Amino acid sequence: MSEKKLAIIATKGTLDWAYPPLILGSTAAALGYEVEIFCTFYGLQLLRKKMDLKVTSLGNPGMPMPMPMPVMVQALPGMQSMMTMMMKQKMKSKGVAGLEELRELCIEAEVRLVACQMTVDLFDFSTSDFIDGIEYGGAATFFEFAGESDITLFV
Amino acid sequence: MADFDQELDASGLNCPLPILRAKKALAALDTGQVLHIIATDPGSVKDFEAFAKQTGNELVESREEGGKFHFLMKKN
Repeated sequence: MSEKKLAIIATKGTLDWAYPPLILGSTAAALGYEVEIFCTFYGLQLLRKKMDLKVTSLGNPGMPMPMPMPVMVQALPGMQSMMTMMMKQKMKSKGVAGLEELRELCIEAEVRLVACQMTVDLFDFSTSDFIDGIEYGGAATFFEFAGESDITLFV
Repeated sequence: MADFDQELDASGLNCPLPILRAKKALAALDTGQVLHIIATDPGSVKDFEAFAKQTGNELVESREEGGKFHFLMKKN
């Protein structure tokens, strides 16, 4: 079986949206794919040493809420932390993997994690903000891998 | 249930953990050995079929018993 390739662009840095690239990346690797996740803009959060991601219902009317809540209330201080805590509890109770665990599984499976150099500079990050073992590159780096990939996803 | 060489209890774990744990457990087995996986995630039924198809391992058995899903995966 020749090795298939999956290229993912991760652009989001919230707790919920960090899942698709890490779930798909780790699973594809388990299925024998060679995988690269190219992290750009807020997707760089996936590469931070401490992944302290949050979730918010603001601007997201699709998020199921335990009780109806006016947007003005959702915007009150502390609400984001509370929602993040509730989401994490919910995930734990449902046996959903933690993000750190999924990232660790990706690294174990030799998923290539690439930080977009332009956005690293843009947000004044330094390499010490990120985990070891990642690569840094630009759009051309992405296409080098994506150009010969069987699947490319933009998350 | 047929014989197996090792057991993996993935009860309570959700997608994609049963698959990832199974992959890891299979890696430690020899060719021809059988892994018995127990899961509670209903999605794992289709997922283990797909896993077998794509990795070349053989799904010898897949059944539900007492609200749990049991799989026998033979390493190829």
